[in-house]
Amino acid sequence: MADVDKIMVEHIAKLARLNLSEKEIEGYTNDLISILEMANIINNINTDDVKETIGANIKYNVFRKDEIKNFENRELLLQNAPSQDEGMFRIPKVIN
Amino acid sequence: MPRDDYEVVIGLEVHCELSTKTKIFCSCPTTFGGDPNTHCCPICMAMPGTLPVLNEKVVEYAVKAGIATNCKISRNSKNDRKNYFYPDLPKAYQISQYDLPLCYEGYVNIENEAGEDKKIRILRIHIEEDAGKLNHDEYGRGSFVDLNRAGVPLIEIVSEPDLRSAEEAEIYMRKLKSILEYIEVSDCKMQEGSLRADVNVSIRKKGATELGTRTEMKNMNSFRSIVRAINYEVDRQVEVIENGGKITQETLRWDDVSGKTFPMRDKEDAQDYRYFPDPDLVAIKLSDEYIENIENSLPELPESRKKRYIADFNLTEKAANFVTGSKYYSNLFDEAVEVCKNPKSTGNMLMSDIARILNEKEQEPDSIPFSGKELGELILLIDKGTISSAIAKKVLEEMFTAEEKNPNKIIEIKGWVQISDEGAIKEVVNKILEANPQSVADYKAGKDKALGFLVGQAMKETKGKANPQLLNKLFIEELKK
Repeated sequence: MADVDKIMVEHIAKLARLNLSEKEIEGYTNDLISILEMANIINNINTDDVKETIGANIKYNVFRKDEIKNFENRELLLQNAPSQDEGMFRIPKVIN
Repeated sequence: MPRDDYEVVIGLEVHCELSTKTKIFCSCPTTFGGDPNTHCCPICMAMPGTLPVLNEKVVEYAVKAGIATNCKISRNSKNDRKNYFYPDLPKAYQISQYDLPLCYEGYVNIENEAGEDKKIRILRIHIEEDAGKLNHDEYGRGSFVDLNRAGVPLIEIVSEPDLRSAEEAEIYMRKLKSILEYIEVSDCKMQEGSLRADVNVSIRKKGATELGTRTEMKNMNSFRSIVRAINYEVDRQVEVIENGGKITQETLRWDDVSGKTFPMRDKEDAQDYRYFPDPDLVAIKLSDEYIENIENSLPELPESRKKRYIADFNLTEKAANFVTGSKYYSNLFDEAVEVCKNPKSTGNMLMSDIARILNEKEQEPDSIPFSGKELGELILLIDKGTISSAIAKKVLEEMFTAEEKNPNKIIEIKGWVQISDEGAIKEVVNKILEANPQSVADYKAGKDKALGFLVGQAMKETKGKANPQLLNKLFIEELKK
């Protein structure tokens, strides 16, 4: 794992569409450094006798049958949309 | 030609919508079209607090596709989140698979445009959800989001960069399409976006071992545009390199109208999807028994059908290849042969007339509007001498366009029944002989070609309805007198 620095935080903020001030960037840099230090302690635990797992949950194969259940209430689904038109969410123009 | 100095390297990421009844993580229908946002629920609209549950059929279909393309199947697999912002993706992440795809290390065999057998390796097949659809209106009032397609299950089939020409890429994709149709995991309707490909293209000097920098063209949904786009992109890359330039790794948009590629906007931030395991979903563990059961449930695949057609029906390699190239051809063939017991003629009719008509209409075999039984009846009519093969072609055209598909009824309505009455044909023969004394003289002087001309005239006279064997026989008889 690369060290956390200002440039990395700025990159993550950009990906997350966050507009951070210089002060916030500094704060998050320090926060992320201590979070990764914490994770590093866990990384160094001896796991020789531990079985490999996939994901954090011990359950597996939770499936649904392929059977249709219609929700049938478009109005309800759209009711919180700031803007809508002809049953669709209306958003600022996206250029392809 | 500088282009000949370069080798073209192509890899395909083929996206295929699965034909499950419901979406991948919720119980909404996957039906194409429908009024906007009517095939949606709080889960596929990403309302806070909702949780996804994986559709068991999605796993089954993906494993089917994996087995049919000679992949290894993962015993342990999981779903991951691929994070990016786009308005057609309501969760701001797509649930996909990152490091543990369901299927990996497969291949499909193709015969390329030079007639060589080639193995195209498949890196992986993973499951994921489709995004919604953005509509743009011409008045610039904004964009409109329809989430009917959001959450429709997809498999993504990623090939190794083993393809060496646009034609090879098309052949490979057609082969994949045919396999997916045979195993019935997708309707593969390209015009509805059920099958589409991201195409990666690079070039390198012949003999070079390192790959060149590639560009990617996303969401190509017709064979024709894939071929055109690859050829355009190869020419462009050759020109850039020949002029001393460098290829930038980027995503391009293919424009079918201008026949050019353009760099996509907003690509200045490097893609960084920050994949991580989806904590809302649990691991997928598949037993040997589960995989064996799916393996045993697979229908006969094209390769095996091809061998059977050659062995049992004595079809030529070419005909067998053609017929098994599409499930629709192959099923039509099986049904037709059941009726007419004439595999050779059935194969020929598919390969020549039916393929030609589809080509003219720019349609694929899935749009053939008549049944195999009806095709069989048509061949039976030729074999029984009720119609000539010239008339059969006209009947076939009718079967494509007219409401009536039954060839027996078509020839009845059109009055196309072949004239096999000896007296009637003799009358025509004599009339033609009388009108063409020069040809008669030529024939008697040993010019056999003259007979062909006379028969042709008689066919014209009877509008193609005369029985050709009888016509020939009577002409020869008369000419010998």
